[in-house]
Amino acid sequence: MHDGLVFNIQRYSLHDGPGIRTTVFLKGCPLCCQWCHNPEGIAARREIVVVENRCIICGECRDACPLASALDCSGPLPPRLADCTLCGACVDACPTGARQMIGRTMSVEDVLCVVRRDRTFYDDSGGGLTVSGGEPLSQPRFLLALLEACRAEGLHSVLDTTGFGRVEHLLAASALAGLVLYDLKAFDEELHLRLTGVSNRLILENLRELDRTHPNVWIRLPVVPGFNDDLEDLRRIADFVATLRSVTLVNLLPFHRTGLHKFRRLGLTHALDGVETPSPELMQRAVEVFEQRGLKTKVGG
Amino acid sequence: MQSAMTDRTARLRQDSLDARPAITAERAVLITEFYQANEGRFSVPVMRARSFLHYCRHKALWIGDDELIVGERGPAPKVTLTFPELTCHSIEDLEILNSREKTHYDVDEECLREYRERVIPYWRGRSMRDRIFAELPDEWKDAYDAGVFTEFMEQRAPGHTVLDGKIYSRGLLDFKKDIARALAELDFLNDPEALDKRETLLSFDIACDAVILLAQRYAALARERAATERRPARKAEWERIAEVCSRVPAHAPRDFHEALQAYWFCHLGVITELNGWDAFSPGHLDQHLLPFYERGLADGSLTKESARELLECFFIKFNNHPAPPKVGVTAAESGTYTDFANINIGGLLSDGSDGSNELSHLLLDIVDEMHLLQPSTNLQLSRKTPDALLKHALRVLRKGYGFPSLFNADAVVQEQLRQGKTLEDARAGGCSGCVEVGAFGKEAYVLTGYFNLPKILELALNNGFDPRTGKQLGPASGDPATFRNIDDLFAAYRVQFRHFLNIKLRGNNLIGRMYATRMPAPFLSVLIDDCIRRGRDYNAGGARYNNTYVQFVGLGSVTDSFTAVEQACFNGSGRSVPLAQLTEALRADFQGHEALRQRLLHRTSKYGNDDDAADSIMRRIFDVCVEELDGRPDPRGGHYRVEMLPTTCHVYFGAVTGALPDGRRAGVPLSEGISPVQGADRHGPTAVIRSASKMDHLKAGGTLLNMKFTPALVDNEESIEKWAHLVRSYFKMDGHHIQFNVVRAETLREAQKHPEKHRDLIVRVAGYSDYFCDLSRELQEEIIARTAHEGF
Repeated sequence: MHDGLVFNIQRYSLHDGPGIRTTVFLKGCPLCCQWCHNPEGIAARREIVVVENRCIICGECRDACPLASALDCSGPLPPRLADCTLCGACVDACPTGARQMIGRTMSVEDVLCVVRRDRTFYDDSGGGLTVSGGEPLSQPRFLLALLEACRAEGLHSVLDTTGFGRVEHLLAASALAGLVLYDLKAFDEELHLRLTGVSNRLILENLRELDRTHPNVWIRLPVVPGFNDDLEDLRRIADFVATLRSVTLVNLLPFHRTGLHKFRRLGLTHALDGVETPSPELMQRAVEVFEQRGLKTKVGG
Repeated sequence: MQSAMTDRTARLRQDSLDARPAITAERAVLITEFYQANEGRFSVPVMRARSFLHYCRHKALWIGDDELIVGERGPAPKVTLTFPELTCHSIEDLEILNSREKTHYDVDEECLREYRERVIPYWRGRSMRDRIFAELPDEWKDAYDAGVFTEFMEQRAPGHTVLDGKIYSRGLLDFKKDIARALAELDFLNDPEALDKRETLLSFDIACDAVILLAQRYAALARERAATERRPARKAEWERIAEVCSRVPAHAPRDFHEALQAYWFCHLGVITELNGWDAFSPGHLDQHLLPFYERGLADGSLTKESARELLECFFIKFNNHPAPPKVGVTAAESGTYTDFANINIGGLLSDGSDGSNELSHLLLDIVDEMHLLQPSTNLQLSRKTPDALLKHALRVLRKGYGFPSLFNADAVVQEQLRQGKTLEDARAGGCSGCVEVGAFGKEAYVLTGYFNLPKILELALNNGFDPRTGKQLGPASGDPATFRNIDDLFAAYRVQFRHFLNIKLRGNNLIGRMYATRMPAPFLSVLIDDCIRRGRDYNAGGARYNNTYVQFVGLGSVTDSFTAVEQACFNGSGRSVPLAQLTEALRADFQGHEALRQRLLHRTSKYGNDDDAADSIMRRIFDVCVEELDGRPDPRGGHYRVEMLPTTCHVYFGAVTGALPDGRRAGVPLSEGISPVQGADRHGPTAVIRSASKMDHLKAGGTLLNMKFTPALVDNEESIEKWAHLVRSYFKMDGHHIQFNVVRAETLREAQKHPEKHRDLIVRVAGYSDYFCDLSRELQEEIIARTAHEGF
C-alpha cells in the first residue's frame, strides 16, 4: 500500500458533492491559482504554519528548535526558517497549538478510520468521501488505492480535481468515483496561464476524454472579480461545456476571502488582498450565460 | 408560511410583550387570611383544597378587551402570585426582586406593606422553606453552600408534569363522580389508610369545585361585559366566551374553542394551587385538538383562520405567565422568566403510529410567526414522522428563535420502557420542562436539583478539602501526590461522588416526605392517573408512575479535566507534569502557569471531537452517575434516575468551582448539558454528535445537546435537507435531544451594545429559550463563545 500526504480531513462537508461528506485533502498541486483558498495544499511537502492570534509569545518554539541558536532575531520563530528540516520540535513544544505541521503521512487505512466514523451520516443523506486537494492526481497511486478501498467498502466517493494530471490517472480514478467535480478557471489559454501558472490545454483535453467514459461530472467554476469574470470568456466556457454529455451540473463559486488569512500564516502575501466578493448581479449574469445553453447551474457548491 | 396574525392577536401579543412582570400579594393575603381563620379545623389535604377554593372565590378577575381565551392567574397579565406557605419572601427578598437588573419583578409599596404586616408575621417559621431548612443537617447545608448541589423544592413545589387527553373527553364533573365512587368504596374495616384516603379524596372534590367556580366567575364577568357592549361583533364574542366558560371545564368540551379554554382553566388551577416547577403543559396538543378541528371544519363552525386565531390567543396566555419569583441559589440555577411550559408537536400515538397531523404544521407556523418566550415548543421526531414536518421545524429553527427543540420520540419510548412503563403509556408520553421524559397524565417525574460534577473532581484533587470555602467538606479520598494513574483519581472521585450524592438523596427523601404529608396538590392529583383510584395525592405517590431525578452538570468540563490529567500527568513521556504540580497551578488559578494552562487547553484531547481518548472518559463519568443513582428508591415509591441538563446552573456552578485541569480558570461557566466545553469542539457537528452518542442515552431520563449554527450553514433547501439528515442520524444513534441556535456572533455583539434594538432576540440557552438581552453578561458571553459551526 502507498502512503499519502494529507493536509486536512474535513467532516460535515456540505459543498463537495451530494449529502453529508468527509473531504480528504491531498497535499500538492501543480497549479498556483491566485485566489487559492487552500494555499497550504499547494506545496507537495510538509510545512509549518503559525496561527498568529493563538501565539502567546512564550518562546517555547525557540527553545525547542535545534537551529534557533544560530538566529540573530528574537521573539517567536517565523513560519519559514531557512535550513528548517521540519523536525517538528517547535510544533511539539508549542503549548497553544499556534505552530502546526501541515501535511501528515497517512495510509489508506489511516484515512478510512476517520472517514468511516461518519458512515451513519452518509447512509442517511447519500453522502460519502470526497478526495480533493491540492490536486489529488498529483498522488495517483495513493488516490487510486483510496478510491478502490472505498468501492470495496461500499462508500460513495467523489473526485474533486483541477484536471491537470496524466489522462490515464484521471480516467482510472474517475472510473472508481461516482461523481467527478471538475474545475475550469478560464477558457483563454493566456488568461489561464496568468491566473493559475499553467496552460489549460491539458485540462480541456482531459475533460473531453473524461466525457467519453464517465456518466456524471459537475463543472466547478470560481468567479473572481477582475480576474475571470469577463462574460465573453464565460460564454466560451459555456459553449464548450454545452458540447459535453456527461455534465449534469455547473457550480459557479463566488470568490470568498476566507483563504486570505491562510497566506499570512504561511508567511506569504496574497495577490488578491483588494478583491471583493462578486456581486449577486454578476453571479446572476454568469448563471444566465450557462442556463441559456441548457445547463443546470447553481451558485455555490 | 403565510402571515396570518390577526389585528387582535397582533395587539394581544404586543400587550403581552409590553406588560411588566410584577408581584401581587393578593394570593398571599387570601391564603394567610384563610389559614389564620381555619388553623386546626381541617385535615392537611382538605385545608389545602379549601384555601385554594377561597382564593378562586375571591381573586380579582381580569379579561382583556380583545381576548377569546380568558383567565389569568393574577389580577392582570404578567402579575405573578406568591406562595408564602412554600417560601415566605422576606422584605429584603422583595426589594431584591424589585431592584435586580435581570429577571426583575415590580413590587409596589402595598405589596411590601401586606408582607410586612400580615404575610411574614404568620408564615415565618411555618413556610415549607423554613421548615425544610430547619430539618436539613449541617453536612447538607455545607455542601449546598459550597455549590456541590442545588435543591429544587426549597422554594417551589414538585410538579414537572404534563396533561394527557383526559380532559377533552371528560369534564371535572365526571371526575367528581369518580371521586364519589372511590369514596363510596372505601373500606374502613380492612383498610387502615381509609381515613387518609377519605380526606385526600375530599380534597380532590373541593379542588374540582374551586376550578369550576373560577370558570363560572369568568362566565358571569363575560356576561356582564356582553350586557354593556355596544359593538355587535364583540358582544357576540362576549356571549360566546360566557357560554364556553359556563360549559368547561365542568363538562367535556364540544368544540375547538371549548377544548382550548378547558385546558387553560386546568392550567390555571395547577399553577395557582401550588407553584410547581415547569408550570403545567398540554402535552400532545396537536393530537388532542385534531378531532375538534376536523369536526369544526366539517360542520362549518370553525375555519382554518379562526382555529389559528384561537391558538394564537392560547399561546399568548402562556406568555402572560412568567415564573413565580425565585431568589438566592434557585434564582441563579434557573434565572429566567420562562416557566417551562412546553408543547409537544408530532410524536407517536399510543398504538405506535405517527401522531403528527395538519395541526402540527399549524403549530409550527404559529411558533414561527409569534416567537414568544412562552410556551416552549418541541418536535417529537420518530422514525415514522414525515420528513416534511422535520424540515418545517428546521425552517422555523433557522430563524434563530431557538424553537422548537428536537426530540427522539423512539428513544423517549425506550427510555420509559426501561423505567417499567407500559408500551402504550410510553408512546403517549413525551418531553417537558427542558428535556425530561414522562408518561403524560400518569406520572410524577420530579427534578430535585443540579449536581456539580467538576466540583466533585475538585474535591477529589484536594483530598476532600474545598479551597473556596476553606472547609474539609468531603471524606479524605487520598493525597493526589500518591496517585499513580488515572484509575487512582477515578477511585477518589467516586468516593467523593458517593458521599455527596448520599447527602443529597437523604435531603431529597426528607423533603419529598414533607411534601407528601404537609403540602399535597389536590387539583393536580385529579388530573393525573391513578391518584383518584388510589386515594393518594400526587405528591405522596398517587401517580401511576413515579421517578425522581438528579440533574448532573458539567459533563464536558469534568471529562476534559480527567483527560487532561491523564495526558499531561500520566503520559509517561519526558513532558509529563507531576499531578502535585498541576494541583498547585490549579490552586493558584494558573497565575504564573500560563504555558501549562495553554498546553492543557490546546494539547490534550477534548470531548466533542469524536476522539475516543476523551469520549471513553466521558462514558466512565456518565456510567458512574447511572451506577450510583439509577434505580434507588425515591420518596414516592418510585426510583431515582439520571438527568443531564443544566438550565442556567452551569454558570452558577462555574462561579463556585475553582480552576480545572482542562485549563478552565476559576469562576468561568462549566460546560452545559452533554455539550462539549464551549469552543472545545473543532471537528464540526458530526464529530460532536458522534461523541455525544457514546453515552447510553436510554439510561437517562433526558440529555441535552446544544449546538450553535451560523445562518450560512442552513441558508438553502439543500442545506436544510442535510441538516435534517444530521438530526436523523443522531437519533439513529439513540441521541435523546438536540437543539440549535442559529445566529451570528456579530448579531449577539450588536445586541449587547444596543439591547433596546434587540429586545425580541431569543436564543436557546439550555433546554429552553430566553431573551438574549435578559441574560446575565456572563451567560451572554458564553453563548457567543459556543462554537459557531461554519459551513465547510
